[in-house]
Amino acid sequence: MLAYLARRLVQSVLILFGVSVITFALLYILPADPAQQIAGRSANAATLASVREQLGLDRPFHEQYWRYITHLAEGDLGRSYLQKTEVSTLIASRLPASLQLMVGAIFCELFLGLSLGVLAALRRGRVTDRLLMLLSFTVISAPQFVVGILLLYVFAVKLGWFPIGGYGTFSHLVLPSLTLGLLGAGWYARMMRSSMLDVLHQDYIRTARAKGVARAGVVLRHALPNALLPIIAMIGIDIGLFMSGIVVVESVFGWPGIGQLAWQAIQRVDIPIIMGVTLVSAVAIVLGNLLADLIAPLIDPRIKVR
Amino acid sequence: MTFTPLRADDPRAGSPLSRTPGAMRMLLRRPLAVAGMIVIAFLALVAAAAPLIAPYGPAEQLFEGLTIEGAPLPPNSQFLLGTDLLGRDLLSRLIYGARTSLVIGIVANGIAVSIGAFVGIVAGFFRGFLATVLMRFTDLMMAFPALLLAIVLAALFRPSLWIVALVIALVNWVQVARVIYTETRSLTEREFIAAERAIGAGRTRILVHHILPHIVPTIIVWGTLGISTTVLLEATLSFVGIGVRPPTPSWGNMIFENQSYFISAPWLVFFPGVCILALALAFNLVGDALREVLDPTQKGRY
Repeated sequence: MLAYLARRLVQSVLILFGVSVITFALLYILPADPAQQIAGRSANAATLASVREQLGLDRPFHEQYWRYITHLAEGDLGRSYLQKTEVSTLIASRLPASLQLMVGAIFCELFLGLSLGVLAALRRGRVTDRLLMLLSFTVISAPQFVVGILLLYVFAVKLGWFPIGGYGTFSHLVLPSLTLGLLGAGWYARMMRSSMLDVLHQDYIRTARAKGVARAGVVLRHALPNALLPIIAMIGIDIGLFMSGIVVVESVFGWPGIGQLAWQAIQRVDIPIIMGVTLVSAVAIVLGNLLADLIAPLIDPRIKVR
Repeated sequence: MTFTPLRADDPRAGSPLSRTPGAMRMLLRRPLAVAGMIVIAFLALVAAAAPLIAPYGPAEQLFEGLTIEGAPLPPNSQFLLGTDLLGRDLLSRLIYGARTSLVIGIVANGIAVSIGAFVGIVAGFFRGFLATVLMRFTDLMMAFPALLLAIVLAALFRPSLWIVALVIALVNWVQVARVIYTETRSLTEREFIAAERAIGAGRTRILVHHILPHIVPTIIVWGTLGISTTVLLEATLSFVGIGVRPPTPSWGNMIFENQSYFISAPWLVFFPGVCILALALAFNLVGDALREVLDPTQKGRY
C-alpha cells in the first residue's frame, strides 16, 4: 500500500509538471499581447518593449518557464499583470467562495442523486423508475447555464424565494449549489440505481429477508451500505466536473469565486492568473482522483491495489 | 476440407459486428430510444431544409420586430417564438442554429472519437513504451479542467465554426481513448487472441479481424453519446462568448446575446435552452439504449 501510495504521488507530481508545461506553452503562443493590455492601446513601441522587458516577456520560452517554475517551487505564483497583486493572494481570497459552492453542490448531488437512485431501484420497471431515469437523463443533458438562468428566473425573479445574485448568506448559496450539483445528481441517481440493483440480487439480501428482517431494515441496513461503496469512490472524480462547472455557474450568479477570477483573467489576458487558476484546478483534480483510488480499496477490500 | 463446428464462445459465432442488425431491431422496441431518434431526425430535417422553412432570414433585422420603445416582442401570431433584441425572428434563428449545433456536434465528436479510438487501440494493442507515453499523456489531459482548456484554446485561435469543432475535439477525445484502451487491452489478453497468435496469425490480421470488430460497438456508442457532450460544450463556449461568433446563429450564442434581458424577455433564453436540451437528451437516450443493446455487460458512468 505504501509503495503504491508513493508511486501514485510521484505520478501525480509528474502530471502536474506536464500540465504546467502545456499551459505555459499555450499561453506563450497566445496571439494576444499582454504588454498591450498593460500599457494600453495608445502605447508606443518603446513603452511596449519596456513593459515586455520588465515582465521578462522578451526572453525565450525555456527561460520564462524556468523562472516561473523555480518561483513556483517556493510557492510563488507570480503577480497579476493588471491588478498588481500576488496571484496566490487573489486565489486565496476567492477560494472560500468556490469551496462553499462545491460543498453545497456535493450535498445536492448526494442528497438528490442517492435518494432518487434508491427509490428508482426499489420501484424497478414501474412508472416511477422510468420517470426518474428520464428525469436524470434530462438533468444530465441540460446545459448548466440554462439551468442556472431558469432557476434564477423561476425562484428568484418570479417567486422571490431567493436573492437574484450575490454572495454571503445561506439563501444566496441555494440556487448556485443546485445548479452546479444537478448534473452530478443525475449521474449519481443512475449509478445508485444500478449499484442498488446489483446488491439487491446478492445472496446475503435473500438471507436477511429469509430470516425475517423487515423490508425497510433490509434496504437501510443491509443493501444501502453495500450499494454506497462504489459510489463514494466517485466523489473525488466529481472535482473535475466542478472545476469546469464553476466558470459557468459563477458567471451566471455573479459568485465571487475562482471561476469568475479565471474568466475575467482570460478576457484581460492576465496570464499569471490563468496559469495560477489552471494549476490550482489541476492540483484539485489530481488530488480528487488520487483520493478516489485510495478510498476504493479501503472501503471495499475486494478491490486490490495494482 | 474437414468441417469444424463453431463453439458458442468462438468469437466468430457471435461477433459484435454480426449482432448489429439485430441490435437495430432491439433499439426500435425501446420507446425512449425511438423518441430520441425521432427528435434527431426532426432536427436534422429542420437543419437541412432551413432556407425553405424559416419564415425570415436568420440575420434579418425587422422593423416590425421591435416595439416602439425598441424592446423585443414576445411570441405572437407573426413571430411564433417572438423576436430578439435586434428585432430578428427567434424561430428563424433557432432553425438556422440547428445547423450550427448539428454540424459542430457531429464533426467535433467524429474527430474526438477518431483520435480517441486511434490512441486507445494503438496504446492497448502495441503496449510497450509507446503505450506508456500515450496513456500518461491522456492522464495529463484528464487533469486539465476541460472548460478552462477549451476557453484558452478557443482564445488562442480566433474561432470559426471549424475551429470551435476542433477545440471541442481536442478536449473530448481523452475519455474515448481511455475506454477503448481498456477494452483493447483486455481483448489482447483473451484466449482467442492467444490462439490466433499460436496458429501464426500476424499482428495486422489479429488487429483487423479480431480486435477492431470488437471495438466497433464501443465506437458506435461513443459516436452517439459523445455528440451530446459536444453539443453542450459548444453551447457553453458560445454562451461565454468565445464559441461560434454572432451573427452566425448558434443556440448557445443566442442565449449569450440575450441573457442580460432574461427577466423582461425570458423566451429569448427559454426556447434556445429547450433546443439544446432536446438535442443533447435525444443523443443521450439513443446512445444509452445502443450501449445496453450492443454491450449488456457495460455499466455505470461510461
